[in-house]
Amino acid sequence: MKQKKAKKYGMVIDLDKCTGCGSCMVACMAENNVPFRKDESNKVLSITWMRVYKLTNGKPFPNTDICYLPRPCMHCEGQHEGHSPCVSVCPAIATDYSSETGVVSQIYTRCFGCRYCMASCPYHARYFNWWDPVWPDGMEKYLSPNVSPRMRGVVEKCSFCFHRYQLAKEKAFMEGRRELKEDEYQTACTQACPAGAITFGDLNNPNHAVHRMVKPDPKHHGRPTHPNAFRLLERLGTNPKVYYISSRDWVRRAGDNYLEHEAELKQTVHHG
Amino acid sequence: MKIGRRSFLSFLMGGAAGTALSPLPWKLMDDSAIWTQMWPWTPVPEDGEASYVNSSCTLCPGGCGITVRKINDRAVKIEGMKGHPVNNGGLCILGLSGLQLLYGPTRVKTPLKRVGKRGQGRWEKISWKDAVSEIAETLGDLREKGQSHTVGLISGSDRGTVPRLFERFLTVYGSPNFIRTPSIIDSYELTLHLMQGVQALPGFDFENANFILSFGSGILDGWGSPVRMFKANSVWRDTGAKVIQIEPRLSNTAAKSDKWIPINPGTEAALALGIAHVIISESLYDYNFINNYSSGFDDWKRFVLDNYGPDSVATITGIDDRTIIVLARSFARASKPLAICGRGQGITPGSLDECAAVHALNALVGNVNKHGGICAVTEPDYINWPEAEMDAKASAGMQKDRLDDAGSKKFPFSRYLLNRIPEAINSEKKYPLNTLFVAGDNPLYTMSDSKAVKKAFDKIPFVISFSSYMDETAQNADLILPNHVYLERYEDIPTPAGMPRPVIGLSRPVVKPQYNTQHTGDVIIRLAKALGETLSDAFAWDSYDACLKETLGYKWRVMVEKGFWSYPGFVAQPREESFDTVSGKFEFVRKGTGSLKPFKPVKIEGDKTNYPLILMPYDSLRLANGVIGDPPFVMKSVDDTVLKGTDVFIEINPKTAGEQGLREGQLAMLSTPVGKAKVKVHLFDGIMPGIVALPRGLGHTAYDEYLAGKGINFNELIGPVDDPVSGLDAAWGIRVKLAKA
Repeated sequence: MKQKKAKKYGMVIDLDKCTGCGSCMVACMAENNVPFRKDESNKVLSITWMRVYKLTNGKPFPNTDICYLPRPCMHCEGQHEGHSPCVSVCPAIATDYSSETGVVSQIYTRCFGCRYCMASCPYHARYFNWWDPVWPDGMEKYLSPNVSPRMRGVVEKCSFCFHRYQLAKEKAFMEGRRELKEDEYQTACTQACPAGAITFGDLNNPNHAVHRMVKPDPKHHGRPTHPNAFRLLERLGTNPKVYYISSRDWVRRAGDNYLEHEAELKQTVHHG
Repeated sequence: MKIGRRSFLSFLMGGAAGTALSPLPWKLMDDSAIWTQMWPWTPVPEDGEASYVNSSCTLCPGGCGITVRKINDRAVKIEGMKGHPVNNGGLCILGLSGLQLLYGPTRVKTPLKRVGKRGQGRWEKISWKDAVSEIAETLGDLREKGQSHTVGLISGSDRGTVPRLFERFLTVYGSPNFIRTPSIIDSYELTLHLMQGVQALPGFDFENANFILSFGSGILDGWGSPVRMFKANSVWRDTGAKVIQIEPRLSNTAAKSDKWIPINPGTEAALALGIAHVIISESLYDYNFINNYSSGFDDWKRFVLDNYGPDSVATITGIDDRTIIVLARSFARASKPLAICGRGQGITPGSLDECAAVHALNALVGNVNKHGGICAVTEPDYINWPEAEMDAKASAGMQKDRLDDAGSKKFPFSRYLLNRIPEAINSEKKYPLNTLFVAGDNPLYTMSDSKAVKKAFDKIPFVISFSSYMDETAQNADLILPNHVYLERYEDIPTPAGMPRPVIGLSRPVVKPQYNTQHTGDVIIRLAKALGETLSDAFAWDSYDACLKETLGYKWRVMVEKGFWSYPGFVAQPREESFDTVSGKFEFVRKGTGSLKPFKPVKIEGDKTNYPLILMPYDSLRLANGVIGDPPFVMKSVDDTVLKGTDVFIEINPKTAGEQGLREGQLAMLSTPVGKAKVKVHLFDGIMPGIVALPRGLGHTAYDEYLAGKGINFNELIGPVDDPVSGLDAAWGIRVKLAKA
């Protein structure tokens, strides 16, 4: 049998279309049995696999501009496959990189809560369960059996709705297929986004929209070649699989840490 | 053997090395995960057969189609319905959280009768039979005494079978006081009525427009049917259509627009007329439309040319004249321009002059009833019940003036004026309200000037709420008759706000009723039967479901299957048949409304000396501010620059804050002529100096611990300002004083 090329599932978020409405956050919470507490205004403790950040350009009235930036787990590939910041530090192999799909997993029952991965994640995409999850009386009824509720003492994060991948694979297998169609595996946030700002698919597949949108450069760990596309903290070399598109220059600059007046400097560095 | 220091240490080190080499540490580490995690109280959701049910969301008037995923008899996830004409797969943050309402702790689980004082929260369970007969007795007495007109009803809508059943009930019972919750739709309906002579809803063909001039409408903040608007915005991004947003604050809509033009608040009408001035004086208008399909243009033209030159408009609006001229030219030269109004989500109807001025812009460029324009949408007439017979008592009651003065000499064009009710009750000038039904609204939270509303409610001896949730109004009612949640009932969902084509959605039971609730439609029918006489004749149906099925007729089967009924063949009326005015044409001059008087901005409450700043509300999709409060998931999405703990933040320009001596995060006391509140300060460059913005949707006293007691209800700080022509609430803000707390 011909060896199939491995998948590299990734996401492209069009920040020009994103309106900051928050649908992706709640679609994720509802899909993944994310717990909630009475006060969620301390955002360090608030578990949001998908979180929408509000960026501002810092200019005074009336030249102010804002942009929303949804942040799931970046499912970093690292400098070589599987060298994601979190995967490489986990002492319990509770988080792992799937070479088949490129998804960074989180296995709750293996995690013993050392939170090393949280410290190493540059995107704050990981959250720790400081408390046992509590659903008010009756609300447990809506919990999905496809995602196990997490207990106190473990780290959790976005899984690119991996259970949906498993369900789609099972279905395809039952129908005698080995390959998934592009629309068969989509994350909950992609599906819910009312603006259609999120696109999900296989970055290795040139027919998939994600590939066409950012044109990842395989020679540079998938760095986008589309001029308006960028990845968060590109210079860290984490090689995330979540790409962003923005036509606004200040947004693209905000996507990577930069020093004041660095724009000129950056150009010279990148030649060569 | 002697145990010395050396041998003791050797023993310890040997032991440690031995343990380290053994599997024990690894086993212990692994076990620690098990010991600390395998709690019996961590729920393990039961697995089962998965299925999907198509239905409609009713949490706002947006009318989105939903697909609910079920595992056995549990609903586990709400998703947007693919292929639905309104939302095609997408869904808003509130719609996605619907199951937290269905299974949540805020449900009213059985009919309740108040036993303590109002609002004390002491209830006793009552059977449906007793509840209905208690109401029937009270209503019967009032009718006997010739006081049937003192029964009122506040309804979230006046369209669809349930509101129509209520209306029918009040008519045959004998009360003119059916009151609909107001919104920008009221102003639009009135504008269409006065300028086009039609009784219709405004429909906007956004998807095909290519230049959107929005006078503060929160296109991306919940205006119209929210998901549809998001989708339209994405279409505009792809097609290169331009969006111009005019408002004093950088809202999400403004941030995503192609150009944000800050304007002195409340002067939008003047800007619209200033734009008209440029279009007329540069002859950029649609000659065909003006000459063939409009009337009164010459008078209106003179009025505009005399009063609204770009320089004078620049002084009023704070937008420089060059910008106004450029804006007018690009609007008129666009192939499919569209001007819209209604601030934020369009919760406040606003000034009629403003709405008419904006609508006149559409007429000037000839995009009324046109592809990519605005059209008058007549609701499909699918509710055709036999005429109800009214007895003498009913006729006598219906002859009485409405309590809110809608349709009176003072406000002849308006149909409902909820904002005038508290004053009418509190002043005791007309007649009292003896019984009030509340369905699909939460007036004790959503109506402005909360104190006056509460006072008025306290004067009504019998308040009945149909709410499924323990909201503010239910909390202060005498009797709660909980309706099924939308996921437990059949109901038709009439055409969503702003849709250019009629669509009827069907909400249908996804799960069986979770508690001892009943369909409000059934309760009306039972109540009518209990009252007997002409009432039971008018409500001959066995049940609401039977009534709905009969009403929808041949549509029923399709709607059950697809979840909605759309009119694919529907096209806007041709121009020749569009206008039902005396002239048969579009009227630039609204008859009998003094529309050619020079513009005077709506005067907001408060004087400048005592209240130097202006307070305005802002709307966000992450803060549900209508009949439904935020479920826990949605609360979780609220930024920590909006709410921290129980403190809400005001947005204020750093310059203004500096003048007031306020810093980021500081506590401040906000006082308006209507109320006071303690708030925190958030410095935001995207707001015009001199303005303070506060979000709507917080400050609930009812609902659950996830929502209640957090922040301030904006309505406690503002009161209604009646529009001189329509009588609708035109308040867009209020003057305010800010001091360190």
